[in-house]
Amino acid sequence: MTASMNTPGPTTANSLLPANVNQLSYRSGGKTLIDAVSFTLNTPHITAVMGSNGAGKSLLLRLLHGLIEPSSGSVSWGNQPLNSTVRQQQAMVFQKPVLLRRSVAANIDFALQLFRQSARQSNNALASGSHRATIKSQRDDILDKAGLTHLAKQPARLLSGGEQQRLALARALVFEPDVLFLDEATASLDPASMARIETVVKAVHHSGTKIIMVTHDIGQAKRLADDVLFMHQGQLIEHTQAPAFFTQPTTERAQAYLEGRLLVD
Amino acid sequence: MQDLSQAFVLAWQLLLSADADLVEIVVLSLRVSLTALVISCAIGLPLGAMVAIARFPGRSIVLVLMNALMGLPPVVVGLLVYLHLSNAGPLGWLQLLYTPTAMIIAQSVLITPIVAALSRQILEDLHDEYREQFQSMGLSRTHTIKTLITDARYSLLTVALAGFGRAVAEVGAVMIVGGNINHLTRVMTTAITLETSRGDLALALALGMVLLLISLAVNALVMTMKLTASRYAFA
Repeated sequence: MTASMNTPGPTTANSLLPANVNQLSYRSGGKTLIDAVSFTLNTPHITAVMGSNGAGKSLLLRLLHGLIEPSSGSVSWGNQPLNSTVRQQQAMVFQKPVLLRRSVAANIDFALQLFRQSARQSNNALASGSHRATIKSQRDDILDKAGLTHLAKQPARLLSGGEQQRLALARALVFEPDVLFLDEATASLDPASMARIETVVKAVHHSGTKIIMVTHDIGQAKRLADDVLFMHQGQLIEHTQAPAFFTQPTTERAQAYLEGRLLVD
Repeated sequence: MQDLSQAFVLAWQLLLSADADLVEIVVLSLRVSLTALVISCAIGLPLGAMVAIARFPGRSIVLVLMNALMGLPPVVVGLLVYLHLSNAGPLGWLQLLYTPTAMIIAQSVLITPIVAALSRQILEDLHDEYREQFQSMGLSRTHTIKTLITDARYSLLTVALAGFGRAVAEVGAVMIVGGNINHLTRVMTTAITLETSRGDLALALALGMVLLLISLAVNALVMTMKLTASRYAFA
């Protein structure tokens, strides 16, 4: 049973759904790294992208977020093509957190100022308004939720791996994204750090954010995911509900992956 | 001619008594070089950042040119600035030749490529690290440049100090466009050249010692900043 089956569903509508991926391909250096991938995501649930190393999971996430251009095919979000406006409603947390060479608080302030700036441009009254005092109050609230208040003045790059990843996640959430991409965000974290991140992820999902996460951790996928995209050598070979995927995978490759069998390509 | 030890003693006396001529020369040197540094940073840092993040046809040629210009011979720079500022030159009407402003221009031309090329390398490395995150956050190009410069501030200070070191120790360009006029355009390096040729080794040595002290101070500052920045993981 997945964790999401025990928790209430998202509370708000998501303007970026459905996501339609149509014959998406990416080629580089004469190799096809993503090969005609097509799928649709209709629900604001947690989607896990799984597969062996080199299957194209992280690349798929980057294509979905628009960080790289596909060689062919298309991605649309909420029936809009993937453009900068759509990307502003998305956020991504990378496997290796990319933190500014500033304090923890300054990292959050940076994102808050950026968000308010883009909100002002799009006349979002909620995010615009007065400046320093509001930013400080928002920052304090964000740091509190991330459990980082006591580290606010510390240089961000001196935090532990788990703390850095929590900060990266908190910073991503400043943008109030409709879609959050997590690229192996808990890889190399200890169980306690992983649990703290997962708690935040569940809360974010509950607030209506669609989460698409790359993970190698089968236990984590079982705890969090509602559906699974299983990739192999750049191809999507399974897209199914999580309970079905973990109990009755339809492909030999997925079955071997779940059983931890070593398969040589 | 004074022997070396006598000159050394006299040099110390000049330094300790804060000789008016010596102070005037030192102050002018610092004013010219620091102003040139500010101008070079104002031009070189954004230029270096733009080249660091932009991808355009012919970029590698620009990189080669930027790196090559770091080794500009000062006398050639002096000559080019002279040709532009002389009465027959396109900027002759400004009447800047043989003024501190002309020396600032020459030193700016000399060190701007150094600031631009070194900062380009630092900012490009940092941008490689930040690129996807910035792309994900939707940062504009201007905001990216501003953020890169802010985050690389300690490394860029080292670049600025390298530029300052080059400017304050330079003699050829300022000699040509400044003319080494007493109480007007005489700076440490030109004064050392003149006093050595005249045999007044005391003043030359005193000025040399000040230059060395400045050089030592600059290097100490660079090292301190690097250590501080590393300790706080800001570099």
